[in-house]
Amino acid sequence: MDAISYERATDVGAAIKAAQQPGVTFIGGGTNLLDLMKGGVARPMKLVDITHIPGLNTVSELPDGGLRIGALVRNSDAANHTWIRARYPLLSQAFLAGASAQLRNMATVGGNLMQRTRCYYFYDTGFPQCNKRTPGSGCAAIEGNSRIHAILGASSQCIATNPSDMNVALAALEAVVHVNGPQGERTIPFAEFHRLPGDRPEVDTTLQAGELITSVDLPPPLFAQHSHYLKVRDRASYAFALVSVAAALQMDGNTMKTARIALGGVAHKPWRATATEQALNGQPLSRDTLRSAAALAVRDARSYRENGFKIELAQRAIVRAVSTAGGMA
Amino acid sequence: MPVKLTINGHAYEMQLEARTTLLDALREYASLTGTKKGCDRGQCGACTVIANGRRINSCLTLAVMHEGESIVTVEGLANAQTLSLSLIQKAFIDHDAFQCGFCTSGQLCSATALIDEFHAGDASAVTADVRFRPPQLSDDEIRERMSGNICRCGAYPNIVAAVKTVALVKA
Repeated sequence: MDAISYERATDVGAAIKAAQQPGVTFIGGGTNLLDLMKGGVARPMKLVDITHIPGLNTVSELPDGGLRIGALVRNSDAANHTWIRARYPLLSQAFLAGASAQLRNMATVGGNLMQRTRCYYFYDTGFPQCNKRTPGSGCAAIEGNSRIHAILGASSQCIATNPSDMNVALAALEAVVHVNGPQGERTIPFAEFHRLPGDRPEVDTTLQAGELITSVDLPPPLFAQHSHYLKVRDRASYAFALVSVAAALQMDGNTMKTARIALGGVAHKPWRATATEQALNGQPLSRDTLRSAAALAVRDARSYRENGFKIELAQRAIVRAVSTAGGMA
Repeated sequence: MPVKLTINGHAYEMQLEARTTLLDALREYASLTGTKKGCDRGQCGACTVIANGRRINSCLTLAVMHEGESIVTVEGLANAQTLSLSLIQKAFIDHDAFQCGFCTSGQLCSATALIDEFHAGDASAVTADVRFRPPQLSDDEIRERMSGNICRCGAYPNIVAAVKTVALVKA
């Protein structure tokens, strides 16, 4: 790891000001950033420690019935927060599916939003080709080991996936990200926070330079009775998703009034399966309905050398997650 | 830069580079070598310590970020007054829950915090319904909650048995 300087920010304004200089990175839990720094992938010159900023580590109730989760709330605290467990069990499940207890105790909600891909080639500086690490250098994954890579929304520049579990649940719940920066405060709908690689795969999000995430707002809870987060991975625990599904339903008897479905492990961003949702809305919960609706999620899928299995796996995972959410399984 | 840490109840003042991890500060500056460096990348859990009652990977965090916290390492688990081992330490011996021992200090710190987390009502990824308190610390719950600690000797069955014994004692 390169030598760095360190500054402890005391409030949001000071943190944003400190981040105006080049080479400055915010550090929260640091679990991803320090890993990247040790690997020589991230090379900040200065870290601004935001963990001492007051007011960003609480969960509060919003007037509309939703919740505001401060950016510095640790993943373990969010997962086990009484209100989140009772009202948004989907989100609690997603948090608990990620990483290990030790990492969840450090990792923050804001940091989880900013988590970089786990593409082997992005992490391994022994491979010169990675457009995400070194723009214009090429993509070693497209013709290489691609077991964990994207089947949806990828580009000829990058086939990396977003590794977060939390993000998949937040996509299904239609959360809103609050940020503050040199231009002031603004809100970003969750679907617009992460981006597809296109020809700028080095840019993961729509966050602007110097902006700091302050909170994530959850809309009023509609899905506490019928939701499920399903994560399929190579080990029973402590591994990134090959495919994951966040399924949330509003049920009327056996009819799915509203369905929300987001997929993880398949794209550069958490992937909302909107065509599948539309095919399920107003339909009775049945194996046949689910199977045909799940097929719509992968209509435009494209696989690479080693990840063809994900196209079938994603469909089966949708069927199982929605069945479980609806109480059918 | 000067960094003040409280480790196992004792105050330490160190002169560290900002990039020094908590793990390196413990081992190289406080000479507390019970905490082990396995992968140094947050994947094995050998470096697990307890900061303000919470288990963390000391390899993936900067020492300077833990000023003002109460840090407990494996050296601090036993009762210093009575010189008696903690329940989890005794259980690891009783159940032969290790072979080479390299991962053990991390396993012990992790298991110590796990017991507290379970008694606080925390859910895990294998809890059937996170809206409710997990009823008991089953083998599956223990395996899931200990998954951040790798044991390459494969002492897992005995580690699970040791943790289970202590969970029952403390229930």
